[in-house]
Amino acid sequence: MQVTSSVRQPLVTGGKTYHDVTHDVSRHVESKPTKLWYLAFLTAASVLGLGSIALLATLWEGIGMWGLNKTVGWAWDITNFVWWVGIGHAGTLISAVLLLFRQKWRTSINRAAEAMTIFAVICAAMFPVIHMGRPWLGAYWVFPLPNTYGSLWANFNSPLLWDVFAISTYFSVSLVFWYIGLIPDFATIRDRATGLRKIIYGALSFGWDGAAKTWMRYESVSLILAGLATPLVLSVHTIVSFDFATSVIPGWHTTIFPPYFVAGAIFSGFAMVLTLMIITRKVYKLEDYITIGHIELMNIVIIITGSIVGIAYITEFFMAWYSGVEAEQYAFINRATGPYWWAYWSMMTCNVISPQLFWIKKIRTSIVATFALSIVVNIGMWFERFVIIVTSLHRDYLPSSWAMFYPTWADIGVYLFTFGLFFTLFFLFAKFFPVINMAEVKSVLKSSSEKAHK
Amino acid sequence: MERDTHFILGVYDDEDVLLHAVEEVRGSGVNIHEVYSPYPVHGLEHVLGYKRSKLPIAAFLFGMLGTTLALTMQFYMMKFDWPMIIGGKDYGAFPDFIPVSFEMTVLFAAFGMVAVFMITSNLKPWAQPRIFDLRSTDDKHIMAIDLANNSSLELDKIQEILTASGATEVNKKSFE
Repeated sequence: MQVTSSVRQPLVTGGKTYHDVTHDVSRHVESKPTKLWYLAFLTAASVLGLGSIALLATLWEGIGMWGLNKTVGWAWDITNFVWWVGIGHAGTLISAVLLLFRQKWRTSINRAAEAMTIFAVICAAMFPVIHMGRPWLGAYWVFPLPNTYGSLWANFNSPLLWDVFAISTYFSVSLVFWYIGLIPDFATIRDRATGLRKIIYGALSFGWDGAAKTWMRYESVSLILAGLATPLVLSVHTIVSFDFATSVIPGWHTTIFPPYFVAGAIFSGFAMVLTLMIITRKVYKLEDYITIGHIELMNIVIIITGSIVGIAYITEFFMAWYSGVEAEQYAFINRATGPYWWAYWSMMTCNVISPQLFWIKKIRTSIVATFALSIVVNIGMWFERFVIIVTSLHRDYLPSSWAMFYPTWADIGVYLFTFGLFFTLFFLFAKFFPVINMAEVKSVLKSSSEKAHK
Repeated sequence: MERDTHFILGVYDDEDVLLHAVEEVRGSGVNIHEVYSPYPVHGLEHVLGYKRSKLPIAAFLFGMLGTTLALTMQFYMMKFDWPMIIGGKDYGAFPDFIPVSFEMTVLFAAFGMVAVFMITSNLKPWAQPRIFDLRSTDDKHIMAIDLANNSSLELDKIQEILTASGATEVNKKSFE
């Protein structure tokens, strides 16, 4: 059934037939959860439970539970927010941008990457919500709702408000994109099932029957959604960067932020996709679908975006010097040599130096090295946001206000809570949803053969 | 043979055989009810003679609606309903309204188009689809031919045409 071209590497190895694709993916949904799954799920759920103590403490006592002070008013909360949003960029990039560029290798990884995107955006959105202190009143501050003050509307001149619209649009459009892709696969599971599972997946599949007319519309919807999601994904991190770039804080007030943040987001998102996919392919024995070729291509994206991020760091330094603004120059010298030098150099090592190792083919085709470096990259990207936020704030305009930031247990606990949430959701997804887009993989299974029809 | 079987099904294994088969079957004067596939087959809509989907137009119109609503809302709130000087800017600070207008354009276009897709394709959680062959979501392409629309042709003749076009199986199916 599978025809191998002599020019291109096949995307799916192992001579899989269409039925093999259905079977290899569906069997994980149909079988009872393994002990390993229970162990992983319970670990994630325990972290979620432990972290929720810190979350509840923060909600009960207020954000005074965190290590913030009058100089450093944003620290771990916004660092974590930007970090999670950045991670949430890979899924839509893979499914939308790579669809527009007709990169067929996306088909085996887009489902899990999109799921990861949605869960990461949920984790990200937690932070601005908690940071409001009284989230139950927050709806009036972030949405233009009529209120008893006039109405005194939300301020549409504020990038923080743009962010509300960007993140919520991104979340809901990504969710719809993901679900539309899931419908045909739910129908496949429905048609293999009996009893209760048939009823549940029947409802989830929305009565999909695979008619040529529906497929035609489906393709049309996918293409337009991809066309809409591509500028959307770029706009989201651009607007996140506006939160900083439109301020007048030295170290934040730079025009390079939007492209630099977007590149950083793709960089960390691909790293997180690799971390998760390397585990998933191993546990679910999907090595024929997520091949070394896929891992290598993602590593190449990591080299490119990592290098863009590296150039951005250097450009920032150059511009600080070239601008002649003393405050700006001090902010950057302080980053590299001040009390937070260790955070700065962790960022430089993890983000600029380590991905360069992927130039060596042996490293970028090694699963162990990729897995290790994908984690290093995400540590580096967390430090990047920490460096940008905290080092720019901790040296205030008045030296008498200079301060340091020390996280409290609540800061750490709320961060752990989002980790617990992310992995709990991911494990539930991996058990109950098809982790690979079966229909799309089937559509590229034969693609290396010449089109018999025109 | 009696005509109480309402549909006759051609089962195909391969997408390229299917594309030729659709042309041949239609060329022999048989009306195809629909073809059911486990994945999108490119070019199938052309050989079946389907008109291009109008969903992109729906997306565009919904997107325009989103832009209009977003700009109207922001100008009404910021310039007319409660004007406030913010950062010395004009009350109707148009450049500041671009990000939210863009996001609402995307939101309306995406949700509007998907809603139209769901309605036109009858996709809803409580839908009861007519499944001709369970393998049509696994590995087979099913060509369904409604006998009511092909009353001029003999049943045997249709079966012959399907087999000649490369169908691996020819089955019958009726629904109550």
